Amino acid sequence: MIDLSWVIDPIYIATIFFFIVGLQRMSHPLTARSGIVWAGAAMVIATLVTFLTPNLTNFVLMAIGIVIGGGFGYIAAKRVAMTGMPQMVALFNGMGGGAAAGISAVELLGITTTATTSSLAVIGGLIGAVSFAGSIIAFLKLQGWMRPRPITFPGQKILNMAVFALAVVSGILVVMQPSWVPLAVSLYLPLFFVLSLGFGLLMTLPIGGADMPVVISMYNAFTGLAVALDGFSFATPNYAMVVAGIIVGAAGSLLTLNMARAMNRSITNVFFGAFGATEETGVEIKGSMKAIEADDVAVMLAYADKVIIAPGYGMAVAQAQQKVKELTDLLESKNIPVKFAIHPVAGRMPGHMNVLLAEAGVGYDHLFDRDEINPEFPSTDVVLVIGANDTVNPAAHRQGSPLFGMPILDVEQAKNVVVLKRGQGKGFAGIENDLFYRDNTRMLYGDAQETVGKLVQALKKL
Amino acid sequence: MIDTITLWTAVYIVMLAAFTGYVVISRVPVILHTPLMSGSNFIHGIVLVGAMVALGLATTPLEQIIGFIAVVLGAANVTGGYVVTERILQMFDRSGKKPKKEA
Repeated sequence: MIDLSWVIDPIYIATIFFFIVGLQRMSHPLTARSGIVWAGAAMVIATLVTFLTPNLTNFVLMAIGIVIGGGFGYIAAKRVAMTGMPQMVALFNGMGGGAAAGISAVELLGITTTATTSSLAVIGGLIGAVSFAGSIIAFLKLQGWMRPRPITFPGQKILNMAVFALAVVSGILVVMQPSWVPLAVSLYLPLFFVLSLGFGLLMTLPIGGADMPVVISMYNAFTGLAVALDGFSFATPNYAMVVAGIIVGAAGSLLTLNMARAMNRSITNVFFGAFGATEETGVEIKGSMKAIEADDVAVMLAYADKVIIAPGYGMAVAQAQQKVKELTDLLESKNIPVKFAIHPVAGRMPGHMNVLLAEAGVGYDHLFDRDEINPEFPSTDVVLVIGANDTVNPAAHRQGSPLFGMPILDVEQAKNVVVLKRGQGKGFAGIENDLFYRDNTRMLYGDAQETVGKLVQALKKL
Repeated sequence: MIDTITLWTAVYIVMLAAFTGYVVISRVPVILHTPLMSGSNFIHGIVLVGAMVALGLATTPLEQIIGFIAVVLGAANVTGGYVVTERILQMFDRSGKKPKKEA
Protein backbone atom coordinates (compact mmCIF):
# COMPACT_ATOMS: atom_id res chain seq x y z
CA MET A 1 0.00 0.00 0.00
CA ILE A 2 1.22 3.50 -0.81
CA ASP A 3 2.13 5.51 2.26
CA LEU A 4 0.03 8.65 2.16
CA SER A 5 0.71 9.75 5.73
CA TRP A 6 2.83 12.68 4.50
CA VAL A 7 -0.39 14.48 3.50
CA ILE A 8 -1.58 14.61 7.11
CA ASP A 9 0.43 17.61 8.29
CA PRO A 10 -0.20 19.84 5.25
CA ILE A 11 -3.92 19.07 5.55
CA TYR A 12 -3.90 19.79 9.29
CA ILE A 13 -2.16 23.12 8.63
CA ALA A 14 -4.79 24.01 6.02
CA THR A 15 -7.48 22.98 8.53
CA ILE A 16 -6.13 25.39 11.14
CA PHE A 17 -5.96 28.13 8.51
CA PHE A 18 -9.62 27.62 7.65
CA PHE A 19 -10.60 27.46 11.34
CA ILE A 20 -9.04 30.88 11.89
CA VAL A 21 -10.57 32.33 8.71
CA GLY A 22 -13.91 30.79 9.70
CA LEU A 23 -13.79 32.31 13.18
CA GLN A 24 -12.89 35.66 11.71
CA ARG A 25 -15.76 35.53 9.23
CA MET A 26 -18.05 34.66 12.14
CA SER A 27 -17.17 38.04 13.61
CA HIS A 28 -19.43 39.88 11.15
CA PRO A 29 -23.16 39.12 10.77
CA LEU A 30 -23.05 39.14 6.96
CA THR A 31 -20.14 36.71 6.57
CA ALA A 32 -20.85 34.67 9.72
CA ARG A 33 -22.72 31.88 7.95
CA SER A 34 -19.94 31.29 5.47
CA GLY A 35 -17.48 31.24 8.39
CA ILE A 36 -18.97 28.11 9.92
CA VAL A 37 -19.21 26.47 6.50
CA TRP A 38 -15.47 27.00 5.90
CA ALA A 39 -14.61 25.64 9.32
CA GLY A 40 -16.98 22.71 8.77
CA ALA A 41 -15.44 21.73 5.44
CA ALA A 42 -11.96 21.87 7.01
CA MET A 43 -13.13 19.62 9.85
CA VAL A 44 -14.46 16.98 7.44
CA ILE A 45 -11.17 16.85 5.55
CA ALA A 46 -9.13 16.72 8.78
CA THR A 47 -11.24 13.80 9.98
CA LEU A 48 -10.85 11.90 6.71
CA VAL A 49 -7.09 12.42 6.53
CA THR A 50 -6.70 11.12 10.10
CA PHE A 51 -7.59 7.64 8.81
CA LEU A 52 -4.19 7.70 7.06
CA THR A 53 -2.26 8.03 10.34
CA PRO A 54 0.41 5.27 10.46
CA ASN A 55 -0.01 2.17 12.66
CA LEU A 56 -3.72 2.61 13.32
CA THR A 57 -6.10 -0.33 13.76
CA ASN A 58 -9.75 -0.65 14.85
CA PHE A 59 -11.01 1.20 11.76
CA VAL A 60 -14.41 -0.48 11.91
CA LEU A 61 -14.94 0.62 15.52
CA MET A 62 -13.86 4.13 14.49
CA ALA A 63 -16.41 4.32 11.70
CA ILE A 64 -19.19 2.93 13.90
CA GLY A 65 -18.35 5.43 16.63
CA ILE A 66 -18.41 8.34 14.21
CA VAL A 67 -21.78 7.26 12.81
CA ILE A 68 -23.35 6.81 16.27
CA GLY A 69 -21.94 10.03 17.76
CA GLY A 70 -22.47 12.05 14.61
CA GLY A 71 -26.01 10.77 14.21
CA PHE A 72 -26.88 11.64 17.79
CA GLY A 73 -25.33 15.11 17.51
CA TYR A 74 -27.09 15.84 14.23
CA ILE A 75 -30.54 14.74 15.36
CA ALA A 76 -30.32 16.38 18.79
CA ALA A 77 -29.12 19.69 17.33
CA LYS A 78 -31.71 19.69 14.52
CA ARG A 79 -34.66 18.97 16.79
CA VAL A 80 -34.00 21.46 19.57
CA ALA A 81 -35.88 24.78 19.52
CA MET A 82 -33.94 28.05 19.29
CA THR A 83 -34.73 28.72 22.95
CA GLY A 84 -32.94 25.52 23.89
CA MET A 85 -29.66 26.35 22.16
CA PRO A 86 -27.70 27.28 25.32
CA GLN A 87 -28.16 23.87 26.92
CA MET A 88 -27.23 22.19 23.63
CA VAL A 89 -23.95 24.10 23.60
CA ALA A 90 -23.41 22.91 27.18
CA LEU A 91 -24.19 19.31 26.22
CA PHE A 92 -21.91 19.19 23.17
CA ASN A 93 -19.17 20.98 25.07
CA GLY A 94 -19.43 18.38 27.82
CA MET A 95 -19.11 15.63 25.24
CA GLY A 96 -15.95 17.24 23.87
CA GLY A 97 -14.57 17.33 27.41
CA GLY A 98 -15.51 13.70 27.88
CA ALA A 99 -13.74 12.76 24.65
CA ALA A 100 -10.62 14.59 25.85
CA ALA A 101 -10.76 12.73 29.17
CA GLY A 102 -11.19 9.46 27.25
CA ILE A 103 -8.11 10.16 25.11
CA SER A 104 -6.11 10.82 28.28
CA ALA A 105 -7.35 7.55 29.78
CA VAL A 106 -6.30 5.51 26.72
CA GLU A 107 -2.93 7.28 26.67
CA LEU A 108 -2.30 6.64 30.34
CA LEU A 109 -3.40 3.00 30.13
CA GLY A 110 -0.77 2.11 27.62
CA ILE A 111 0.33 4.45 24.87
CA THR A 112 2.40 7.12 26.61
CA THR A 113 5.99 6.36 27.45
CA THR A 114 7.60 9.40 29.05
CA ALA A 115 6.87 11.34 32.23
CA THR A 116 6.32 14.49 30.13
CA THR A 117 3.62 13.03 27.92
CA SER A 118 1.86 11.28 30.79
CA SER A 119 1.90 14.50 32.84
CA LEU A 120 0.27 16.33 29.94
CA ALA A 121 -2.28 13.53 29.58
CA VAL A 122 -3.06 13.73 33.31
CA ILE A 123 -3.60 17.50 33.25
CA GLY A 124 -5.67 17.22 30.06
CA GLY A 125 -7.67 14.40 31.64
CA LEU A 126 -8.37 16.41 34.79
CA ILE A 127 -9.54 19.48 32.86
CA GLY A 128 -11.54 17.39 30.38
CA ALA A 129 -13.28 15.42 33.14
CA VAL A 130 -14.15 18.61 35.07
CA SER A 131 -15.52 20.17 31.88
CA PHE A 132 -17.53 17.01 31.15
CA ALA A 133 -19.15 16.69 34.59
CA GLY A 134 -19.67 20.44 34.94
CA SER A 135 -21.22 20.88 31.50
CA ILE A 136 -23.62 18.01 32.10
CA ILE A 137 -24.81 19.69 35.34
CA ALA A 138 -25.17 22.98 33.42
CA PHE A 139 -27.17 21.15 30.75
CA LEU A 140 -29.47 19.53 33.35
CA LYS A 141 -30.07 22.86 35.10
CA LEU A 142 -30.86 24.76 31.89
CA GLN A 143 -32.99 21.95 30.52
CA GLY A 144 -35.00 22.03 33.75
CA TRP A 145 -34.26 18.38 34.58
CA MET A 146 -32.57 19.67 37.69
CA ARG A 147 -33.61 22.62 39.88
CA PRO A 148 -31.66 25.66 38.62
CA ARG A 149 -31.19 27.11 42.11
CA PRO A 150 -27.77 26.76 43.72
CA ILE A 151 -27.28 23.65 45.82
CA THR A 152 -25.31 24.49 48.93
CA PHE A 153 -24.46 22.75 52.18
CA PRO A 154 -22.16 23.45 55.12
CA GLY A 155 -18.50 22.68 54.50
CA GLN A 156 -19.04 22.65 50.75
CA LYS A 157 -15.98 24.71 49.86
CA ILE A 158 -13.75 22.59 52.09
CA LEU A 159 -15.12 19.40 50.53
CA ASN A 160 -14.56 20.79 47.02
CA MET A 161 -11.01 21.78 47.84
CA ALA A 162 -10.35 18.38 49.38
CA VAL A 163 -11.69 16.52 46.35
CA PHE A 164 -9.60 18.72 44.05
CA ALA A 165 -6.47 18.14 46.15
CA LEU A 166 -7.04 14.38 46.15
CA ALA A 167 -7.56 14.42 42.36
CA VAL A 168 -4.24 16.22 41.94
CA VAL A 169 -2.46 13.81 44.30
CA SER A 170 -3.85 10.76 42.52
CA GLY A 171 -2.87 12.37 39.20
CA ILE A 172 0.70 12.74 40.45
CA LEU A 173 0.66 9.08 41.54
CA VAL A 174 -0.50 8.06 38.05
CA VAL A 175 2.53 9.81 36.54
CA MET A 176 5.10 8.75 39.14
CA GLN A 177 3.88 5.15 39.63
CA PRO A 178 5.74 4.85 42.97
CA SER A 179 6.07 1.46 44.60
CA TRP A 180 5.58 2.52 48.22
CA VAL A 181 1.88 3.40 48.12
CA PRO A 182 -0.62 1.04 49.79
CA LEU A 183 -3.00 0.91 46.79
CA ALA A 184 -2.43 -1.24 43.74
CA VAL A 185 -0.97 0.82 40.88
CA SER A 186 -3.88 -0.06 38.60
CA LEU A 187 -6.26 1.68 41.00
CA TYR A 188 -4.73 5.17 40.76
CA LEU A 189 -6.09 5.80 37.30
CA PRO A 190 -9.79 5.05 37.93
CA LEU A 191 -9.52 6.88 41.25
CA PHE A 192 -8.04 9.89 39.49
CA PHE A 193 -10.90 10.08 36.99
CA VAL A 194 -13.62 9.54 39.60
CA LEU A 195 -12.18 12.35 41.72
CA SER A 196 -11.85 14.66 38.69
CA LEU A 197 -15.45 14.01 37.63
CA GLY A 198 -16.57 14.49 41.24
CA PHE A 199 -14.82 17.82 41.43
CA GLY A 200 -16.49 19.05 38.22
CA LEU A 201 -19.85 18.02 39.63
CA LEU A 202 -19.33 19.59 43.06
CA MET A 203 -17.92 22.77 41.55
CA THR A 204 -21.03 23.34 39.39
CA LEU A 205 -23.76 22.41 41.90
CA PRO A 206 -23.60 25.68 43.91
CA ILE A 207 -23.89 27.82 40.76
CA GLY A 208 -27.34 29.21 40.02
CA GLY A 209 -29.14 29.09 36.69
CA ALA A 210 -28.63 32.81 36.04
CA ASP A 211 -24.86 32.37 35.99
CA MET A 212 -24.89 29.37 33.65
CA PRO A 213 -23.85 31.29 30.49
CA VAL A 214 -20.60 32.31 32.17
CA VAL A 215 -20.09 28.76 33.37
CA ILE A 216 -20.71 27.19 29.96
CA SER A 217 -18.34 29.65 28.35
CA MET A 218 -15.66 28.80 30.88
CA TYR A 219 -16.07 25.05 30.42
CA ASN A 220 -15.88 25.69 26.68
CA ALA A 221 -12.44 27.24 27.23
CA PHE A 222 -11.57 24.32 29.54
CA THR A 223 -12.38 21.76 26.87
CA GLY A 224 -10.23 23.67 24.39
CA LEU A 225 -7.32 23.55 26.81
CA ALA A 226 -7.82 19.84 27.52
CA VAL A 227 -7.84 19.13 23.76
CA ALA A 228 -4.57 21.06 23.33
CA LEU A 229 -2.88 19.17 26.18
CA ASP A 230 -4.05 15.84 24.77
CA GLY A 231 -2.65 16.89 21.39
CA PHE A 232 0.78 17.27 23.01
CA SER A 233 0.52 13.99 24.89
CA PHE A 234 0.70 11.80 21.77
CA ALA A 235 4.08 10.29 20.86
CA THR A 236 3.86 12.36 17.67
CA PRO A 237 2.19 15.58 18.82
CA ASN A 238 -1.06 16.32 17.01
CA TYR A 239 -0.62 20.03 16.24
CA ALA A 240 -4.12 20.42 14.77
CA MET A 241 -5.49 19.59 18.22
CA VAL A 242 -2.92 21.77 19.95
CA VAL A 243 -3.53 24.91 17.90
CA ALA A 244 -7.32 24.58 17.63
CA GLY A 245 -7.54 23.79 21.36
CA ILE A 246 -5.41 26.76 22.40
CA ILE A 247 -7.36 29.12 20.12
CA VAL A 248 -10.60 27.98 21.73
CA GLY A 249 -9.03 28.16 25.18
CA ALA A 250 -7.91 31.76 24.68
CA ALA A 251 -11.05 32.89 22.87
CA GLY A 252 -13.28 31.15 25.42
CA SER A 253 -11.46 32.73 28.35
CA LEU A 254 -11.86 36.21 26.89
CA LEU A 255 -15.52 35.55 26.13
CA THR A 256 -16.04 34.35 29.71
CA LEU A 257 -14.51 37.54 31.13
CA ASN A 258 -16.63 39.70 28.81
CA MET A 259 -19.80 37.92 29.86
CA ALA A 260 -18.98 38.17 33.55
CA ARG A 261 -18.26 41.87 33.07
CA ALA A 262 -21.62 42.39 31.37
CA MET A 263 -23.26 40.99 34.51
CA ASN A 264 -20.87 42.92 36.77
CA ARG A 265 -19.76 39.71 38.42
CA SER A 266 -16.25 38.46 38.95
CA ILE A 267 -15.35 34.92 37.99
CA THR A 268 -14.64 34.03 41.62
CA ASN A 269 -18.04 35.41 42.57
CA VAL A 270 -19.74 33.25 39.94
CA PHE A 271 -18.04 30.11 41.17
CA PHE A 272 -18.02 30.71 44.90
CA GLY A 273 -20.82 33.20 45.47
CA ALA A 274 -23.76 30.73 45.25
CA PHE A 275 -25.71 33.57 43.62
CA GLY A 276 -29.41 33.55 44.45
CA ALA A 277 -29.09 31.05 47.29
CA THR A 278 -29.62 33.68 49.96
CA GLU A 279 -32.77 35.71 50.41
CA GLU A 280 -32.41 39.37 51.21
CA THR A 281 -33.87 39.93 54.67
CA GLY A 282 -35.21 43.02 56.39
CA VAL A 283 -36.25 44.84 53.24
CA GLU A 284 -39.94 45.32 52.76
CA ILE A 285 -41.07 46.37 49.33
CA LYS A 286 -43.63 49.15 49.54
CA GLY A 287 -46.68 49.40 47.32
CA SER A 288 -48.62 46.66 45.59
CA MET A 289 -48.80 45.00 42.19
CA LYS A 290 -51.44 46.67 40.02
CA ALA A 291 -53.02 44.64 37.24
CA ILE A 292 -54.17 46.10 33.91
CA GLU A 293 -56.18 44.80 30.93
CA ALA A 294 -54.91 44.48 27.36
CA ASP A 295 -57.43 47.04 26.01
CA ASP A 296 -56.14 49.73 28.36
CA VAL A 297 -52.53 48.98 27.40
CA ALA A 298 -53.52 49.30 23.72
CA VAL A 299 -54.89 52.79 24.38
CA MET A 300 -51.70 53.71 26.24
CA LEU A 301 -49.63 52.52 23.26
CA ALA A 302 -51.82 54.28 20.68
CA TYR A 303 -51.29 57.66 22.35
CA ALA A 304 -47.57 57.20 23.06
CA ASP A 305 -44.89 59.19 21.26
CA LYS A 306 -42.22 56.63 21.91
CA VAL A 307 -42.31 52.97 22.90
CA ILE A 308 -39.50 50.72 24.08
CA ILE A 309 -39.81 46.96 24.35
CA ALA A 310 -37.60 45.15 26.88
CA PRO A 311 -37.77 41.45 25.98
CA GLY A 312 -36.58 38.58 28.14
CA TYR A 313 -36.37 34.82 28.05
CA GLY A 314 -40.06 34.57 29.02
CA MET A 315 -40.99 36.03 25.64
CA ALA A 316 -39.06 33.29 23.87
CA VAL A 317 -40.51 30.54 26.07
CA ALA A 318 -44.02 31.71 25.16
CA GLN A 319 -42.99 31.83 21.46
CA ALA A 320 -44.25 35.41 21.35
CA GLN A 321 -41.54 36.84 19.06
CA GLN A 322 -43.73 36.70 15.96
CA LYS A 323 -46.59 38.54 17.70
CA VAL A 324 -44.14 41.08 19.08
CA LYS A 325 -42.88 41.70 15.54
CA GLU A 326 -46.51 42.17 14.42
CA LEU A 327 -47.11 44.66 17.24
CA THR A 328 -43.95 46.54 16.27
CA ASP A 329 -45.02 46.81 12.63
CA LEU A 330 -48.49 47.97 13.64
CA LEU A 331 -47.17 50.70 15.94
CA GLU A 332 -44.72 51.88 13.32
CA SER A 333 -47.51 52.09 10.75
CA LYS A 334 -49.11 54.55 13.20
CA ASN A 335 -45.83 56.52 13.25
CA ILE A 336 -44.94 55.49 16.77
CA PRO A 337 -41.23 54.62 16.93
CA VAL A 338 -40.45 51.32 18.64
CA LYS A 339 -37.04 50.38 19.98
CA PHE A 340 -35.89 47.16 21.59
CA ALA A 341 -33.75 47.37 24.72
CA ILE A 342 -31.44 44.38 24.77
CA HIS A 343 -29.71 43.56 28.02
CA PRO A 344 -26.37 41.84 27.39
CA VAL A 345 -27.51 38.72 29.24
CA ALA A 346 -31.15 38.73 28.13
CA GLY A 347 -32.11 35.19 27.24
CA ARG A 348 -29.75 32.53 28.45
CA MET A 349 -26.55 33.68 26.76
CA PRO A 350 -25.10 36.97 25.54
CA GLY A 351 -26.60 37.69 22.15
CA HIS A 352 -29.27 34.99 22.57
CA MET A 353 -32.07 37.58 22.48
CA ASN A 354 -30.75 39.07 19.23
CA VAL A 355 -30.87 35.63 17.66
CA LEU A 356 -34.42 35.00 18.87
CA LEU A 357 -35.62 38.37 17.55
CA ALA A 358 -33.76 37.91 14.26
CA GLU A 359 -35.61 34.61 13.87
CA ALA A 360 -38.89 36.56 13.99
CA GLY A 361 -37.60 39.13 11.49
CA VAL A 362 -36.95 42.10 13.79
CA GLY A 363 -34.13 44.05 12.12
CA TYR A 364 -30.85 45.01 13.76
CA ASP A 365 -31.64 48.70 13.42
CA HIS A 366 -34.36 48.21 16.07
CA LEU A 367 -32.07 46.65 18.65
CA PHE A 368 -30.17 48.78 21.15
CA ASP A 369 -27.90 47.62 23.90
CA ARG A 370 -28.07 48.74 27.50
CA ASP A 371 -25.69 51.68 27.34
CA GLU A 372 -27.34 53.09 24.22
CA ILE A 373 -30.90 52.83 25.47
CA ASN A 374 -30.67 53.67 29.19
CA PRO A 375 -30.54 57.49 28.70
CA GLU A 376 -33.73 57.23 26.63
CA PHE A 377 -36.04 55.74 29.27
CA PRO A 378 -36.96 59.05 31.04
CA SER A 379 -38.31 60.42 27.74
CA THR A 380 -40.21 57.24 26.88
CA ASP A 381 -43.99 57.03 27.31
CA VAL A 382 -44.47 53.29 27.50
CA VAL A 383 -42.05 50.48 28.17
CA LEU A 384 -43.31 46.97 27.55
CA VAL A 385 -41.38 44.46 29.62
CA ILE A 386 -42.08 41.11 27.97
CA GLY A 387 -40.94 38.12 29.97
CA ALA A 388 -37.90 39.87 31.44
CA ASN A 389 -37.36 40.04 35.16
CA ASP A 390 -33.90 40.17 36.72
CA THR A 391 -32.49 42.40 33.96
CA VAL A 392 -35.01 45.16 34.82
CA ASN A 393 -34.98 44.81 38.63
CA PRO A 394 -34.14 48.17 40.24
CA ALA A 395 -33.04 46.24 43.35
CA ALA A 396 -29.70 46.17 41.55
CA HIS A 397 -29.26 49.81 42.62
CA ARG A 398 -29.89 49.05 46.31
CA GLN A 399 -27.00 48.11 48.53
CA GLY A 400 -27.52 44.79 50.29
CA SER A 401 -29.57 43.25 47.51
CA PRO A 402 -28.02 40.10 46.05
CA LEU A 403 -28.37 41.80 42.67
CA PHE A 404 -26.53 44.93 43.85
CA GLY A 405 -24.18 46.28 41.21
CA MET A 406 -25.57 44.33 38.25
CA PRO A 407 -26.06 46.75 35.34
CA ILE A 408 -29.76 46.77 34.46
CA LEU A 409 -32.13 48.37 32.00
CA ASP A 410 -33.48 51.41 33.91
CA VAL A 411 -37.05 50.88 32.70
CA GLU A 412 -38.47 52.24 35.98
CA GLN A 413 -37.53 55.74 34.77
CA ALA A 414 -40.09 55.63 31.96
CA LYS A 415 -43.44 57.33 32.37
CA ASN A 416 -45.34 54.04 32.20
CA VAL A 417 -44.10 50.51 32.53
CA VAL A 418 -46.25 47.54 31.55
CA VAL A 419 -44.94 44.15 32.61
CA LEU A 420 -46.23 41.18 30.65
CA LYS A 421 -45.89 38.18 32.90
CA ARG A 422 -47.31 34.70 33.21
CA GLY A 423 -47.85 34.83 36.97
CA GLN A 424 -46.47 36.37 40.10
CA GLY A 425 -43.33 34.21 40.29
CA LYS A 426 -39.75 35.33 40.67
CA GLY A 427 -37.07 35.56 38.00
CA PHE A 428 -34.35 33.04 37.19
CA ALA A 429 -32.16 34.49 39.95
CA GLY A 430 -34.99 33.84 42.42
CA ILE A 431 -35.19 37.41 43.67
CA GLU A 432 -38.28 39.57 44.30
CA ASN A 433 -38.59 42.40 41.75
CA ASP A 434 -39.15 45.91 43.15
CA LEU A 435 -40.21 47.16 39.73
CA PHE A 436 -43.55 45.34 39.91
CA TYR A 437 -44.53 47.39 42.97
CA ARG A 438 -43.72 50.82 41.55
CA ASP A 439 -46.52 53.39 41.07
CA ASN A 440 -45.84 53.72 37.34
CA THR A 441 -45.88 49.96 36.78
CA ARG A 442 -48.87 47.92 35.64
CA MET A 443 -48.96 44.14 35.43
CA LEU A 444 -50.51 42.45 32.41
CA TYR A 445 -50.87 38.80 33.35
CA GLY A 446 -51.15 35.94 30.92
CA ASP A 447 -49.27 33.92 28.34
CA ALA A 448 -47.10 36.40 26.44
CA GLN A 449 -48.06 35.14 22.98
CA GLU A 450 -51.76 35.43 23.78
CA THR A 451 -51.43 38.79 25.52
CA VAL A 452 -49.44 40.39 22.73
CA GLY A 453 -51.99 38.96 20.27
CA LYS A 454 -54.74 40.69 22.27
CA LEU A 455 -52.77 43.95 22.17
CA VAL A 456 -52.50 43.69 18.39
CA GLN A 457 -56.26 43.08 18.04
CA ALA A 458 -57.15 45.93 20.38
CA LEU A 459 -54.78 48.31 18.59
CA LYS A 460 -56.29 47.46 15.20
CA LYS A 461 -59.72 48.45 16.50
CA LEU A 462 -58.56 51.85 17.72
CA MET B 1 8.02 12.58 22.64
CA ILE B 2 8.85 16.13 23.53
CA ASP B 3 12.56 16.92 23.88
CA THR B 4 14.07 20.32 24.70
CA ILE B 5 13.93 21.72 21.18
CA THR B 6 10.33 20.78 20.56
CA LEU B 7 9.46 22.08 24.04
CA TRP B 8 10.39 25.60 22.97
CA THR B 9 8.71 25.14 19.60
CA ALA B 10 5.62 24.13 21.54
CA VAL B 11 5.79 27.31 23.61
CA TYR B 12 5.96 29.41 20.41
CA ILE B 13 2.96 27.60 18.98
CA VAL B 14 0.92 27.97 22.16
CA MET B 15 1.74 31.65 22.45
CA LEU B 16 0.82 32.46 18.85
CA ALA B 17 -2.34 30.35 18.94
CA ALA B 18 -3.47 31.98 22.18
CA PHE B 19 -2.88 35.42 20.70
CA THR B 20 -4.83 34.47 17.57
CA GLY B 21 -7.79 33.30 19.64
CA TYR B 22 -7.70 36.49 21.70
CA VAL B 23 -7.57 38.81 18.67
CA VAL B 24 -10.28 37.01 16.72
CA ILE B 25 -12.71 37.21 19.65
CA SER B 26 -11.94 40.77 20.69
CA ARG B 27 -13.33 42.06 17.38
CA VAL B 28 -16.63 40.24 17.65
CA PRO B 29 -19.75 42.30 18.47
CA VAL B 30 -21.86 41.20 21.46
CA ILE B 31 -24.72 40.07 19.24
CA LEU B 32 -22.49 37.36 17.80
CA HIS B 33 -21.33 36.00 21.16
CA THR B 34 -23.81 33.12 21.20
CA PRO B 35 -22.97 31.80 17.71
CA LEU B 36 -19.32 32.38 18.48
CA MET B 37 -19.42 30.36 21.67
CA SER B 38 -21.14 27.65 19.68
CA GLY B 39 -18.64 28.03 16.85
CA SER B 40 -15.64 27.66 19.14
CA ASN B 41 -17.45 24.71 20.72
CA PHE B 42 -17.50 23.18 17.23
CA ILE B 43 -13.81 23.90 16.68
CA HIS B 44 -12.67 22.06 19.77
CA GLY B 45 -14.54 19.17 18.20
CA ILE B 46 -11.14 18.53 16.56
CA VAL B 47 -10.86 16.30 19.65
CA LEU B 48 -12.49 13.70 17.38
CA VAL B 49 -9.23 13.43 15.47
CA GLY B 50 -7.37 12.67 18.70
CA ALA B 51 -10.01 10.18 19.78
CA MET B 52 -9.61 8.36 16.44
CA VAL B 53 -5.85 8.14 16.90
CA ALA B 54 -6.28 6.96 20.51
CA LEU B 55 -8.74 4.26 19.43
CA GLY B 56 -6.52 3.34 16.50
CA LEU B 57 -3.55 2.78 18.80
CA ALA B 58 -5.59 0.97 21.49
CA THR B 59 -4.65 -2.68 22.02
CA THR B 60 -6.43 -4.03 25.12
CA PRO B 61 -10.25 -4.36 25.23
CA LEU B 62 -10.42 -1.71 27.99
CA GLU B 63 -8.47 0.79 25.87
CA GLN B 64 -10.68 -0.03 22.90
CA ILE B 65 -13.87 0.55 24.90
CA ILE B 66 -12.68 3.91 26.26
CA GLY B 67 -11.32 4.92 22.85
CA PHE B 68 -14.64 4.01 21.23
CA ILE B 69 -16.59 6.11 23.76
CA ALA B 70 -14.20 9.00 23.11
CA VAL B 71 -14.85 8.73 19.35
CA VAL B 72 -18.63 8.72 19.92
CA LEU B 73 -18.45 11.76 22.21
CA GLY B 74 -16.06 13.59 19.87
CA ALA B 75 -18.24 12.93 16.82
CA ALA B 76 -21.31 14.21 18.72
CA ASN B 77 -19.35 17.33 19.70
CA VAL B 78 -18.40 18.01 16.06
CA THR B 79 -21.75 17.44 14.36
CA GLY B 80 -23.86 18.93 17.16
CA GLY B 81 -21.60 21.97 17.42
CA TYR B 82 -21.75 22.50 13.66
CA VAL B 83 -25.52 22.14 13.34
CA VAL B 84 -26.26 24.41 16.32
CA THR B 85 -23.92 27.13 15.02
CA GLU B 86 -25.24 26.83 11.48
CA ARG B 87 -28.85 27.07 12.67
CA ILE B 88 -28.13 30.17 14.74
CA LEU B 89 -26.25 31.86 11.90
CA GLN B 90 -29.05 31.09 9.46
CA MET B 91 -31.12 33.63 11.38
CA PHE B 92 -28.49 36.27 10.73
CA ASP B 93 -28.37 35.45 7.06
CA ARG B 94 -32.05 36.14 6.59
CA SER B 95 -32.19 39.38 8.55
CA GLY B 96 -28.93 40.48 6.95
CA LYS B 97 -30.50 40.36 3.50
CA LYS B 98 -33.79 42.04 4.41
CA PRO B 99 -32.64 45.64 4.79
CA LYS B 100 -30.98 45.44 1.36
CA LYS B 101 -34.24 44.46 -0.33
CA GLU B 102 -36.15 47.23 1.41
CA ALA B 103 -33.59 49.86 0.50
